[in-house]
Amino acid sequence: MSRIAVLKGGRSLERQVSLKSGARVQDALERLGHAIVPIDVGADLVDRLTAEVPELAFVALHGRDGEDGTVQELLQVMGIPHTGSGVSACIRTADKVLAKHAMRDAGIPTPDFFAFSETAFRELGAAQALPAIEQRLQFPIVVKPAGQGSALGIKFARTPSDVPGALIAAFSYDRKVLLERYVPGRDLAVSIIDEGGAARALPIVEAVPQQEDFYDFESRYEIGRTRFVCPAALNDQVAERAAAIALEVYALLGLSGFARVDLMLESGTDELYVLEADAIPGLTETSLLPQAADAAGIGFDELIGRIVEAAGALTPELRG
Amino acid sequence: MSGPAGRAGPPSRRPRSTARDIERYGALFAERTKVMKSSAMRDLMALTERDDVISLAGGLPDTSTFPADSYASLMSTVAANSCARALQYGPTEGLAVVKRCIVEVMRTEGIEVDEDEVLVTTGGQQVIDLVCKTLLDPGDVVVCEAPTYPGAVPTFCAYQANVVQVTMDRDGMRVWELETTLDELERAGHTPKFIYTVPNFHNPAGVTLSLERRHELVRIASERELLVLEDNPYGLLRYEGAPLPSLRSLDEEFIIYAGTFSKILSPGVRLGWTTAPAPVLAKMNLGKQASDLCSSSISQYFVSAYFESPEPPSWEEYVRSLIEIYRRRRDVMLDALAEHFPREAEWTHPQGGLFIWATLPDYIDTTDLLARGLEEHVAFVPGRAAYVDGRGGSSMRLNFSGVGVDDIREGIKRLGEVVREQVELYGTLTGAAPKPTPRRDPVGDPVRADPPPRTADESANILHLRRKRA
Repeated sequence: MSRIAVLKGGRSLERQVSLKSGARVQDALERLGHAIVPIDVGADLVDRLTAEVPELAFVALHGRDGEDGTVQELLQVMGIPHTGSGVSACIRTADKVLAKHAMRDAGIPTPDFFAFSETAFRELGAAQALPAIEQRLQFPIVVKPAGQGSALGIKFARTPSDVPGALIAAFSYDRKVLLERYVPGRDLAVSIIDEGGAARALPIVEAVPQQEDFYDFESRYEIGRTRFVCPAALNDQVAERAAAIALEVYALLGLSGFARVDLMLESGTDELYVLEADAIPGLTETSLLPQAADAAGIGFDELIGRIVEAAGALTPELRG
Repeated sequence: MSGPAGRAGPPSRRPRSTARDIERYGALFAERTKVMKSSAMRDLMALTERDDVISLAGGLPDTSTFPADSYASLMSTVAANSCARALQYGPTEGLAVVKRCIVEVMRTEGIEVDEDEVLVTTGGQQVIDLVCKTLLDPGDVVVCEAPTYPGAVPTFCAYQANVVQVTMDRDGMRVWELETTLDELERAGHTPKFIYTVPNFHNPAGVTLSLERRHELVRIASERELLVLEDNPYGLLRYEGAPLPSLRSLDEEFIIYAGTFSKILSPGVRLGWTTAPAPVLAKMNLGKQASDLCSSSISQYFVSAYFESPEPPSWEEYVRSLIEIYRRRRDVMLDALAEHFPREAEWTHPQGGLFIWATLPDYIDTTDLLARGLEEHVAFVPGRAAYVDGRGGSSMRLNFSGVGVDDIREGIKRLGEVVREQVELYGTLTGAAPKPTPRRDPVGDPVRADPPPRTADESANILHLRRKRA
């Protein structure tokens, strides 16, 4: 039995999702016989951790501070081992622009994109480059903030006149945004867990939105809004290719413990493109990682047990 | 939830749902839950409750103004005089002691009713629910204002209403558009089950239905034999101008009236009421019985004790004190808007109530702006919450009653800075200095002082007959 602090909530825009993830994790850890210290992360985090002296921190935070390396850095300074990826992997993954550049440099397929900071528009005249970008990416163009999970702030620009509004929306969430080629097709998620020191891809989940034309924030977390198919109905060759690409991304970004990689299977071409990776995927009732684990015969408690085990096996120095 | 910190919880707890459960429960949900939308906005709104956020998002009266001593003394009176009865169930239609108070409040509003014409409800919200429950089959049409009370939207959705929204200007619902809409509906074979309106200091729009339009609305309802749900939570909170007659006082036949103690005393007592044509009221009574048997007896005795108490403040004095406080807060917010919001923004000037409705240029989406606002520790309600069809994306509801004047100034200043930033950025992105958007009515449509000429072409332009299964 270990004394485990479950870090949840926090101040990010994904607080509610994190509270749901955290609650499920707590229940599972209790059933596994661990002593739990639930912490809603706030200004007193360091004080709480100092007072409680946990042997391990289970990071069930999503979004800013929780998933971008900030909390991980604090935990490492305090010498508290934690679940999931280390600081640099979190930084690389949470910033979609960094992650996509890394992928592109490594030859991993990701939709063509351009990224700009607000300063580039305000001070460097980046707006002048928009027509060229639009011509290169072709409409519709996906506009999204660099550092936000859960599809918050993601807009589709269908015409040139949609682009400024979409950029302003994305800049509401982050100082850096990216414009990305829209890949029509099927939305696939490959969840990965560490098993015996090696990364293992779980059965692929396909998310099929029931109403909206876009797999949006709402449908991602609401029962009945999205139909999940797991394992996704894919031919073996495509499924294997998707898993291989996801594992490559996992290794490239230095992820550890568990993660999820989102891909699009382009209709018409059957090409696979990596949209993004998620260093701390959701653990709610409707989240994709628990569903994938379930399809592989790994129940939620066992999944959480394995994540804890993987964290124990890694010293901070060994993490990315 | 877990056990106490540091201790293992009971080991026998069943796991929360698995993927298979999701499929299973998904199949069990009623059809109407598919239209009961959760939203990104809801998760963002949860963040507005953080202590460090200046929230202009709530619809909250300032209950800190109620003297704690009075509360204690009133509860003692209830304990001394009515303990057993207060702890007991009561009649579905409400206790006579509280109906007397309701009759008194309605008289102050200029409406004469008898106690037996009143159904006591659990807040004004229950009136909306009961009206829907009593009148609506799935797909039935409800006509309401655009924007409409955000809290009514989920209720309409839950009853699978087909919601048609009629636009407003500074004088409230455009009744000529209502008529055109009703004609259109009739041609399509639809008769609305009711028209929902907040005539006084509209939530969220802040505007008030003019006297002329009140008469028109009552005439339309009467001629077409349509029910109107008049929701009047704020009528007594008037900060300027002369009171206007309620629809209920102009017509008894087709008006369902909803009142509440929430804004003149406390939303915590969860007490509202309705009067309606007798057959409708009888059905609503049955509906209430099925919902909750009766409203809280404790609350009803508390309200009764408050109205009967000889100790100051009387309920009228308390309302007058609220008016003084809220008027000042409204003025501070209006001044702050004028000082900090860019010229591209517009807003309403409410004569009472709790809300100002601001509209930004259409390239700013206020749901996304809320995320930015939260970073600056300030919150509001994005306008989209007040529509069923995705409109309202560049508007916002600002509440001035629930926060102090310093926070109002600071909150509007921070919001103004963010909006200015975005307006400037738009100018940069489009390669031109931002131009003021065409002069619009603050509620959202082109300003038009008088009813437009009813030529066929013009009607086509102004009629926004957007219907959507809610």
